[in-house]
Amino acid sequence: MAQASHKTLPLILAREFASNIATPVTVMDENGRLIFFNEPAEQILGQTQAEVGELAPHEWTRLFRVERLEGGEIPLDDMPVGIAHRQRCPAHDTLAFTTQDGLRHEIEVTAFPLLGREDDYFGVVAIFWELRGE
Amino acid sequence: MRATVWGCRGSLASPGPETVAFGGNTSCVQLELADGTPVVLDAGTGIRLLGLELARLPRRPIHVVLTHLHLDHLEGLGFFVPLWEPSVEIHVWGPASPVDTLQERIAKYLSPPLFPVQLSEVPSNLIFHDFPDEEFALGSARVLAEPVSHRGPTVGLRIEEHGRTLAYIPDHEPYLGAGPEGVDPEWLSGFSIADGVTVLMHDSQYFEHEYPNHIGWGHSSVDHAVSFAQASGVERLVLFHHDPLHSDDQLRALENRARGLWGANGHAPELAFEGMKLALDTEVGAHSPA
Repeated sequence: MAQASHKTLPLILAREFASNIATPVTVMDENGRLIFFNEPAEQILGQTQAEVGELAPHEWTRLFRVERLEGGEIPLDDMPVGIAHRQRCPAHDTLAFTTQDGLRHEIEVTAFPLLGREDDYFGVVAIFWELRGE
Repeated sequence: MRATVWGCRGSLASPGPETVAFGGNTSCVQLELADGTPVVLDAGTGIRLLGLELARLPRRPIHVVLTHLHLDHLEGLGFFVPLWEPSVEIHVWGPASPVDTLQERIAKYLSPPLFPVQLSEVPSNLIFHDFPDEEFALGSARVLAEPVSHRGPTVGLRIEEHGRTLAYIPDHEPYLGAGPEGVDPEWLSGFSIADGVTVLMHDSQYFEHEYPNHIGWGHSSVDHAVSFAQASGVERLVLFHHDPLHSDDQLRALENRARGLWGANGHAPELAFEGMKLALDTEVGAHSPA
């Protein structure tokens, strides 16, 4: 589990925002660590924040096996959160992931970076929701 | 380091017979550092009388350190006597904005129609600084300015000299969207500023029953101020940014409430008052309000 450190204000406010809405939200820090996901996200991810704590990128990608809808591994850099993190721009995609209990979920994800003045960068917020069949 | 309170009222100056004990001037705290560097925390209406005092002293560069630019922290700047003396060098520090410079934002107030004179007409040598991301030196002190939860770009200040630290967070809503229970310090706005300081001057604008109608306004209730101070392990809590609608009697009740919440351990919380002096370089002490 990644080591915790004091959070910047944008991350603190992002977490409070996420904690008070019903949309599933994840929050990554400036190093790509998954530092928070809210209760609606817990229901989809099949894990609670308290159970897993903060996760380094290699940890959360292993825990939630993310792949393309049609199957096939998707590198972190090509995921919306990876694009938002690396390119500092919003990104959207449809993906699938498999939780620890073996359930496969198909989701849409929109990720956006938290940018400050000049070159300040605080992390990424991603909202996601399950694709619903026609 | 010695601190003197010249204004501790929040939101709006509130002179009158019901506020004489704690004072009606808005935020302004003078710091006297060991090397003599004059530092002024915020430029509320309390800065007017401080300016008269500083004008009597030998000329030195003055540092005016603004936690944010809400009017109750800025409105006294135009009446700060050293501002109008050509021989004076004044460094103005403030939080950066992603849009306008600090100078441009202050000029919005110090210009017509809100003020009769343009900022560009000010004769003193004004030098504007955005707070750096890292700790920086002000005279013989080290200063850390970090964003805290309040409306608009706002910082809390951690000022350290000779191992004694003052945290100044006059406007702060640390528990916005979450109660004090169960918040890890790492997720607590302002914690890195207040962690283990000698003295914390902190927002406590509301009684608990007033807070629900002001959630999101950027200020603390008295119980939140006490919780924040205790979570931060501060030695001494000085409550600040008094509501303009609170009389001296109400503020005494708020102080009693804070002491009840604090419990018996350590130094009991106190309310800031105009004229309060805190000697952080020796034993920290303060006389009582009138």
